[in-house]
Amino acid sequence: MAVTTTPSQAQVYERTVFFDRLRKYLFFAMLAFWAVLSVAPLYFTLVFSFKPVANIYTPPIWAPIPFTLDNYLTILGTFELFPRWVWNSVFISVIVTIFRVLFCAMAGYAFARIEFPLKSFWFNLLLISMMMPGVVTLIPSFLIIGPGLIRGGLELGEWRIPTGFGLIDSPWGVILPGVADAFGVFMMTQFYKSFPKELEEAAMMDGSGRWGTFFRIVLPISQTQLITLALLTFQGAWNNFMWPLLVLRSPEQFTLPIGLQWFRGEYYTLYSIILSGSIFNTLPILIIFFVFQQYFVRSIAATGSKEG
Amino acid sequence: MRTKSDRRKLFEALNGYLFISPWLIIFIIFSLISLGYAVYLSFTEYNLLRPPRWWGLEGYQRVLEDELFLAKALPNTFKYVLIVVPIQTFLSLVLAFAMDQNLRFQRFFRTIFYLPSVTSSVVISLIFIWIFAPQGIFNQITGLTVNWLDDPRTAFYVIMGMNIFTTSGTLMLIFLAGLQDIPLAVYEAAEIDGANGLQKFFYITVPMLRPVIFFVVTVGVIGCFQVFDQIYVMTAGGPLDSTTTITYLIYKWAFRDTRIQMGQASALAVILTLIILMVTLLQRRVIEGSGSGAER
Repeated sequence: MAVTTTPSQAQVYERTVFFDRLRKYLFFAMLAFWAVLSVAPLYFTLVFSFKPVANIYTPPIWAPIPFTLDNYLTILGTFELFPRWVWNSVFISVIVTIFRVLFCAMAGYAFARIEFPLKSFWFNLLLISMMMPGVVTLIPSFLIIGPGLIRGGLELGEWRIPTGFGLIDSPWGVILPGVADAFGVFMMTQFYKSFPKELEEAAMMDGSGRWGTFFRIVLPISQTQLITLALLTFQGAWNNFMWPLLVLRSPEQFTLPIGLQWFRGEYYTLYSIILSGSIFNTLPILIIFFVFQQYFVRSIAATGSKEG
Repeated sequence: MRTKSDRRKLFEALNGYLFISPWLIIFIIFSLISLGYAVYLSFTEYNLLRPPRWWGLEGYQRVLEDELFLAKALPNTFKYVLIVVPIQTFLSLVLAFAMDQNLRFQRFFRTIFYLPSVTSSVVISLIFIWIFAPQGIFNQITGLTVNWLDDPRTAFYVIMGMNIFTTSGTLMLIFLAGLQDIPLAVYEAAEIDGANGLQKFFYITVPMLRPVIFFVVTVGVIGCFQVFDQIYVMTAGGPLDSTTTITYLIYKWAFRDTRIQMGQASALAVILTLIILMVTLLQRRVIEGSGSGAER
């Protein structure tokens, strides 16, 4: 019995090994193909950003021949709006990130630890608002940031309460609605709920109040989570398009994405300069991504597990 | 004694509200009031110059009779969602499954796949305009002579392809996190029962991942129904309105047209919200009901 089955078992084994290997090669080929595809647009952009303006469609497409730095020099030297756009983007993204991380941590901590009336009511509203499409509040939010919901303000007896911030064409008009965010609060709440209370309780025993405990104990121990939220926020603010497009009107106020898109409309023949500008917009986020890679991966896993 | 604990409670409540107040203020202004005002505006005629004038359902009726909405924006939006969401979900799931095989260079691939997602939508759109130009790199490589973005038959598909390309990396990472949560023992048990690779994929991986799939599809549906940046930058709704979507139409009516119609645009925004809500609920039912009682 055993003598007759052994060869066939070996055959089966060989076949599974063969198919296993084949499958692995197939998967690997697929991954490699997608990797090439993922890099290609950025690679071509980089190559052509080092070619003269006249060569924008000229082969070779694989290497910057003839090589020139002119596009970058134009962007940094001749076209003085460009450095402004970079600065505006940095300013808006950094301010939004700092405030959002702080405010989301504060609210998340309160929802996880402090008892206050209507707590679950607000938290449920927060969950619902995460499902609400942003488009529906676009027009009213624009009116609130700009001219106001009611022209001339709301009349209350002798008082006239303005219903708008008058922040059109100001970076603060972009920043204000971004300083708090439902997903960030939710993420921090989940984190603090899963976190042991002992450390804080010890601090409270020693007589520091809620605020002292929050700033001296809670914020430092949630560092990883805060960095994750900060990266998500910074990436979103840096790449944001629709809202700044509505708020910012004059070219001096533009952020980099708005500026690049506007530049294409004005100087569509200078596409090489648009490409080098695109590199400027992509590079900072790429560097941040490479440095903080594991946080990005964490943050994505976090978004995924929110329903799971 | 009692007053003391009452005061402590009051103090805690006060602290709680102080802690949530920055978020709460922003939330009340930009979500609650905004939503309420959007619904109000949808029943008015409003052009920014004169105060909103109540006209009941007139705005909704005008939307539902609008040629651009009925013939272009509505079918285009559904076409976009129906093509992009299934492809990006399936593609990213397969990529994640391949990544989970512990092949070589896994970390390297993970980094590379995420690259298109960190690039801003505007930058990637500007790059694609150039790549798909008549003399662009795509035509050079393939030897075709199609004018991709100026041809109403192709423009929308280029945008769809680009969005599948940019989102698949992120979705792949979400799936990968989900895959790594599936215990190995389940696969081993299936192997002992003689399941092959495909069977394992469809009878173990997919059912076990159902909550993650639900999340990815939901995010995809909500995002795709609101596609805007890429259309604004690449085609501005053209050529011949072949890429006009509902969100682009809302923007056009509220901010771009010479005759601004914020009331009518709000009506369309409310309609879009209702559509998204219904599709999300329907899809939840489909995904949660489709399993043959497999363990979740």
